[in-house]
Amino acid sequence: MDALTLHRIHFAFTITYHYLFPQLTMGLALLIVVLKTMALRTQDERYNDSARFWARIFAVNFLLGVVTGIPMEFQFGTNWSEFSRRTGGVIGQPLAMEGVFSFFLESSFLGLFLFGEKRLSRFAHWGAAVLVFVGSWISGFFIIVTDAWMQHPVAYRLLPNGVYEVTSFWGLMMNPWAWLQYAHNMCGAVVTASFVMSSVGALYILQKRDSGFGRIFLRVGVIAGVLSCVAQIFPTGDLHGKYMAKNQPIAIAGMEGLFHSEKGAPIVLMGQPDIEGQKIDNPIAVNKVLSFLIYGTTAAEVNGLDAYPKDQWPSTLPLLFYSYHIMAGLGTYFAALMSIAGFLLWRGKLYTARWVLWPILLSFPLPYIANTAGWMTAEIGRQPWLVYGLIRTSEGYSKHVGAGTSLFSLLGFLGMYTVLSILWVMLVYNIIEKGPHSTTELAAGQTLTNA
Amino acid sequence: MAALWFWIVAVMLAAYVVLDGFDLGVGILFPFVARTEDERQQAIRAIGPVWDGNEVWLLAAGGTLFFAFPLLYASSFSGFYMPLMIVLWLLILRGLAIELRSHFADPLWRSFFDGLLFFASTLLAIFFGAALANVVRGVPIGPDNYFYLPLWTNWRTGPNPGILDWYTVIGGVMALLALSLHGALYLVLKTEGDLQLRARAAAGRLWPFVAIATVLAIPATVLARPDSLHNYHDHPVAFLSPIGVAISLVSVVIALRKRSELGAFVSSCVYLIAMLCGAAAGLYPVLLPSTNPAMPSITIASAISGAYTLRVGLVWWAIGTMLAIMYFCIVYWLFRGKVSQHADTYGH
Ligand code: HDD
Ligand code: HEM
Ligand code: HEM
Repeated sequence: MDALTLHRIHFAFTITYHYLFPQLTMGLALLIVVLKTMALRTQDERYNDSARFWARIFAVNFLLGVVTGIPMEFQFGTNWSEFSRRTGGVIGQPLAMEGVFSFFLESSFLGLFLFGEKRLSRFAHWGAAVLVFVGSWISGFFIIVTDAWMQHPVAYRLLPNGVYEVTSFWGLMMNPWAWLQYAHNMCGAVVTASFVMSSVGALYILQKRDSGFGRIFLRVGVIAGVLSCVAQIFPTGDLHGKYMAKNQPIAIAGMEGLFHSEKGAPIVLMGQPDIEGQKIDNPIAVNKVLSFLIYGTTAAEVNGLDAYPKDQWPSTLPLLFYSYHIMAGLGTYFAALMSIAGFLLWRGKLYTARWVLWPILLSFPLPYIANTAGWMTAEIGRQPWLVYGLIRTSEGYSKHVGAGTSLFSLLGFLGMYTVLSILWVMLVYNIIEKGPHSTTELAAGQTLTNA
Repeated sequence: MAALWFWIVAVMLAAYVVLDGFDLGVGILFPFVARTEDERQQAIRAIGPVWDGNEVWLLAAGGTLFFAFPLLYASSFSGFYMPLMIVLWLLILRGLAIELRSHFADPLWRSFFDGLLFFASTLLAIFFGAALANVVRGVPIGPDNYFYLPLWTNWRTGPNPGILDWYTVIGGVMALLALSLHGALYLVLKTEGDLQLRARAAAGRLWPFVAIATVLAIPATVLARPDSLHNYHDHPVAFLSPIGVAISLVSVVIALRKRSELGAFVSSCVYLIAMLCGAAAGLYPVLLPSTNPAMPSITIASAISGAYTLRVGLVWWAIGTMLAIMYFCIVYWLFRGKVSQHADTYGH
């Protein structure tokens, strides 16, 4: 493999792995605030116990988010040096702001939230939970501003020495792409957290243990799940798609597998893209829906890939097509499952409906898959550009770092992250196994994951 | 404006060295000074609530370097590719070791993570010292402003150095000693009982080595990069930093003798800051010296971002750093006092 490909896999692998943790912690931070708020309002200690239980899971995931996030911060320089040199003046800004405004906030107040319960008043402890939540959501915002600028560069100019500079700070922060992407992405984080929470709730109920807590988890998880799963598709996913159709029409054509421009374009629900033949094999298509989704009328013409020069086509079309369809397909399934669960919850039948509890229990990995697929869609759809329309991916990598070196460090990360995954399973299993009741604390050191 | 950003990045790095330095120092020393399981937990609890916040200074400094001096970030991070990757792995292992050792009571599990913490902290200290020495010595910058350094060549400084040569190895050893002393003084400040006694003894034994290494570092630096004396020549104020180094180093022993725990730790902080200032003063306005006679060094002027970027940067940087300092004050205040010998409470 050539150096460029290896650098791409290097970045893709480490970022995809990193994002497994923040998607849970960002969503969970919100749900913990919900639990703490309920505890304040109802004075019911079980909500505090629940918050403490989820805080333990949060802490383990936070730790893994931290240790896998640090390599990300440096990889722009190590593997994408030419890109960094040219765009550092723009994207370095939100990246540095993420550190200064959010990582300090999060790391400080997470400690307070975890150890401070006995020393802070109930209200101050609630405040610490809110600050952890705010910190993690600010973090998400700045990183998305960074990514959005690569997807849809705004407020920049090119200086004579070939580097880019921001022309308007607010222009950069108010990039419409960033706000659409942020809404959709954060919603996706809440989907992950609500599935995980409902899944543990379903586990406790099916195991007939801790069922009081199981009900709390299911109730909070399912309500948050219904809201976030619906919002994931409409309005956030829908708006994001429409904005893309305007600004990255080639990526949309690739995602939908639309090779030829058409009036009343159909939507392909399933099929295999065949690049040579420029068609979709074995398609299941619904006529005119794509035109309607994008333009609001069934007659509109949608540009297919053939409307653009081939050197601007996304470079890995099949992967793009599949990732997008996996995301959207899972999104439909999530909305359906959560709606049924929500309905049963409303009728008071959810806790005994084993035929729904089982799918809820087993579905917790799927939001991770959907979120990853969503990011693959976004990032592969952007190809062959690194910064859309400005810098090609093939111009941005570190030319002085050879393929062998990159392969070596990629293998290093693969090994390291395999170990992390094993540790993650052990630790989370241990917390779930002990359950929210556990008062048998280990004689532990006070570190973030050992509060 | 450009010079201001040089010093901002330098200050952030110094904050990192002083703060995370004691976490690393504790990681290096604790297998020697903490003998029983209770004492080990005591040592870990002394850094447990703060290590992550301390590490953020490295990230924030990296981010600031990225947007203020993109060329330097791009050139040095890709040029030091291998050692940086190793540092990243060590940072991962260090974080895991601190957090995970207490999750299971099994003695084997705990010994493993204790060993890992020692291993990662020791190598990190050596790598950070060697990294600084690489920057002071310079690298063979190529015509496109990039370079790539092998791990070692012939162990000599000169036009084609490696990451490791005699000079950078001295830098690594120097950092190992200085951070061990720093960590020992932190343990003296934050703990009590036998652990504190042993940490105090360790500090006393380490001090002479740190002093010798400091004295050796000066002629070594002049040999490795003769230019580093220029600034001292032209701007005698620069001599404040060697003077600061000398005073703080002496006041570490005096404070230790007088049993002023805070005094000794603060002196060690001043010592580290003065050492870094000395290096920065020797470099300024160069950011990364070139050992390649045909190519100029990377300087503030050649690497600096656009003027507007820097102007807005200054606004949010000032606000953000003020907030960060406020959080640190809250956390360190809530965590004030000594970590008691037994696991259930913080002393105070
Ligand atoms: C739980 C996860 C999840 C689910 C169920 C969905 N998405 Fe999504 N989607 C994401 C998680 C996600 C994401 C990971 O959060 C992405 C990647 C980048 C981003 O901002 O959000 C994303 C990106 C993303 C993009 C932009 C791709 C780009 O920027 O190139 C579009 C157009 C959609 N989504 C559309 C949808 C639609 C129409 C869905 C409905 C069925 C849907 N998503 C469900
Ligand atoms: C969790 C979220 C993310 C995932 C899963 C993800 C995934 C990917 C993937 C799969 C690639 C490889 C694309 C290809 O080479 O075909 C990639 C490339 C890249 N991404 Fe992302 N990405 C994420 C977030 C981000 C963010 C937030 C940024 C910027 C701050 C970013 C910057 C980049 C860069 C610089 C590359 C390398 C250049 C390129 O291949 O275009 N990514 N990412
Ligand atoms: C290239 C892109 C990325 C970089 C450079 C990056 C960098 C980092 C770093 C350095 C940390 C550790 C912070 C600490 O020590 O406290 C971290 C954690 C975190 N990251 Fe990322 N990250 C990236 C992608 C993302 C994405 C796509 C998201 C979400 C949208 C995200 C959200 C978070 C959050 C919420 C945390 C807090 C820790 C946690 O909850 O796991 N990051 N990231």
